[in-house]
Amino acid sequence: MIERMASLSRDDVVHVAHLARLGMTEAELGRLEGELNHILDQYTRLTELDTDAIEPTAQTIELENILRDDVVRPSFPQSIALSNAPETSDGFIVVAPILDRGD
Amino acid sequence: MPADALELIRRPGHELAAGLRSGEFSSVELIDAHLAAAERDNHGLHAWLTIESASARAEAAVADSRLANARREGAAGLTALPPLLGLPVALKDLVSVAGGQCTAGSRILAGYTAPYDAHITERLRATGAVILGKTNMDEFAMGSSTEHSAYGPTSNPWDLDRVPGGSSGGTAAAVAAFHAPFGIGTDTGGSIRQPAALCGIVGLKPTYGRVSRYGIVAFASSLDQIGPFARDSRDAAALLHSVAGRDERDSTSAPVPVPEALLALATSDDAAAGALRGKRLGLPREYFVAGMELGVEGRVREAVSALQAAGAIVEEVSLPHTEYGLATYYIVAPAEASANLARYDGIRYGAGRRDGDTLANELATRGEGFGAEVKRRIMLGTYALSAGYYDAYYLKAQKVRTLIKADFDRLWAQGFDALVAPTSPTVAFRFGARLADPVSMYLSDACTLPANMAGLPGISIPCGLSDGLPVGLQLIGAPWSEAELLGLARGYEGITASASWRSLEPTQLALAGDRGQPTPAERAASAATLAGAA
Repeated sequence: MIERMASLSRDDVVHVAHLARLGMTEAELGRLEGELNHILDQYTRLTELDTDAIEPTAQTIELENILRDDVVRPSFPQSIALSNAPETSDGFIVVAPILDRGD
Repeated sequence: MPADALELIRRPGHELAAGLRSGEFSSVELIDAHLAAAERDNHGLHAWLTIESASARAEAAVADSRLANARREGAAGLTALPPLLGLPVALKDLVSVAGGQCTAGSRILAGYTAPYDAHITERLRATGAVILGKTNMDEFAMGSSTEHSAYGPTSNPWDLDRVPGGSSGGTAAAVAAFHAPFGIGTDTGGSIRQPAALCGIVGLKPTYGRVSRYGIVAFASSLDQIGPFARDSRDAAALLHSVAGRDERDSTSAPVPVPEALLALATSDDAAAGALRGKRLGLPREYFVAGMELGVEGRVREAVSALQAAGAIVEEVSLPHTEYGLATYYIVAPAEASANLARYDGIRYGAGRRDGDTLANELATRGEGFGAEVKRRIMLGTYALSAGYYDAYYLKAQKVRTLIKADFDRLWAQGFDALVAPTSPTVAFRFGARLADPVSMYLSDACTLPANMAGLPGISIPCGLSDGLPVGLQLIGAPWSEAELLGLARGYEGITASASWRSLEPTQLALAGDRGQPTPAERAASAATLAGAA
C-alpha cells in the first residue's frame, strides 16, 4: 500500500499562507486545509514511479541560453513606467515604511 | 441588425477577406456588423469584458483606405495585402494592448492600464487585424469553465445554463457566437482546446516557443502558449501565421521559421480529404479515460472511422504515463504560478491596500485581490517549492514530466504523423457542477494537459454533437508540426463537409440578446441555489 506523501496540518497551512503572502480568514484557511489535502492525495500515485535515474525536465524545447549585446536601448519614459503606481513622488513610488524608527 | 449583417458575420474569415478585396462590403461595415452582434449578445453570454467600438471603427477605417489604395494598384496591390487586413479579432483579457485594460480576469488588476502592446498585438496591428475588445477568462487562466473570473461567468451559446469551458471561455463563446471569426487565447493545460471543444469551434495550442509571450500575463511559464481560435482550420492557420515567430523579448520564442504552408491549406474539400490518404495516426488508448461520456467517445470513434475510410492508417498506441499527467501538471503549474504571481504586491501597479505597514498591506492586497482558485494554486505551488518538500513534489514532477515527454517522443520516432484523441472527456457542463470539488474541475484537462507537459502542438476541431452539445476531436503532433496538424484538420473538414451537424448553429444564441433572459451570473447563482437546496 502506498502512503500519502504528506499531509498538511492547520499550522502548515498558516505557514504556507504566510510564505505566499496571502492574508486569509480562519474560514478560508479551514477550507484550504481540506482542499489541499484532497489535492495532495492525488499526488500520491507519483510515488509508484521509480524516477531515481530520470533527469528532470524544466523546459521542452532545445534552446541554449539566449544572449544579446549589453547595450543601452530605448525604454519607457518615467511617466509611463510610473503611470500605474498608486502613489508617486518626484519620480519615485511611495511605499509604507519598512523600518521602525524606534521613536 | 439587417439580415445581410447576420449572414455576413457567419462567413469564415477567408471569405470575408475576399469580400473586402472585391469591394462587396467595407471593413467599417464588417466591423459594425460584428460589434452589433457582440453588444447585443453580451447580456446573455458575457463573453466580453470590454467592447472597444470606437477604436475598432477607427482601425477599420484605416483598413478601408489601405484597401482602396491597393485596389487602385490592381491585382498585384490586392495580393500584397496582409491576410487579416480589416478583419475582426477577439483578444483574451490577458493580452496587453497599450492604453487598455488587462485584468487577466482578476480583481487585483482592476484599474491597471497596459503601458505597451504585447508582441502578438503588434503583429496583429501590422497585419491590419481589427481588435474588437477583450474577452472573459478564468482568473489568471486558472480554470476550465470561466466561472473563476472575478467579473462573473460566461455562458455557452449552445446552452446558456452551461459553461463555455476555460480558461479562454470568453474568446471561445465570442467566436462560436459569430462575434468575430478570429480569437486569441492561451493554453497552459488545455485552455484553448477545451473551450474550443465545448463551444464547437477550432482551437490550436502551438508548440511551446512558437508564439512570443511578451506582453501576456504569465501563469505557468514553461507551459503557457498563445494560440488561435476560429470556426475553421484555414482561419486558425492564417491567424497563427500572423502572430507566430521569433521575438527577442521572449527568450523562449524559438528561432524556427513560420511555415508558409499555413496560408496554403487546401481550398477544395476533395483536395483536403485526399491529403489524408496514407497518413499514420496513433489512437492512444489511455485517452479513453474512465468518466468519459459515451456520447463523446462515440463521436470521437466515428471521426476516427471517417479518417480511416478516407485512407488514413490508424493504429492503437500507448502513452503509458498518461495517468500520471494530472498530478504532475498540478504540481508544475501551481509551482510556476506561485512564483509568477509573487509580483502582485499592489506597490507598483494594480489594486491594493495601503492602510497598514508594508507586510500588512501585501497580505491584505493579495488576500483580497486573488480569488479562491488562484489562492488554492498559489498555496499548492508555494508548498511544493518549500523547504523539505521540493524534492518530493516539484523535482519528482519534473522527472515524471520527462517520462511523459518520452512517451510522445517514442511515437514520433516510430513515424506517426499525429495522435487522435478526445479533447474533453465530457460536453459542456452546467454552472456550478464542478465548483465544489477542485479535483473534478482539474479532470476536465486530463486529455489536453499532456501536450503542454511535452511542449507539443495540439488542435481541437468539432466532430459532431452529443445530447445537442458540441464534441471536440483532438489532434496532437510532433514539435513544430502545426501546418501538418491543420492539414489533417482541414482534411477532416473535407470529409465531413456535408455532415448534417456541420450546418447547425449554437442553439441558444437567439436567447442571448433577449434582455428578458437572465445573465450568466444570474444563471450561475440560481444553479448554486438549487445545489444548496438539494
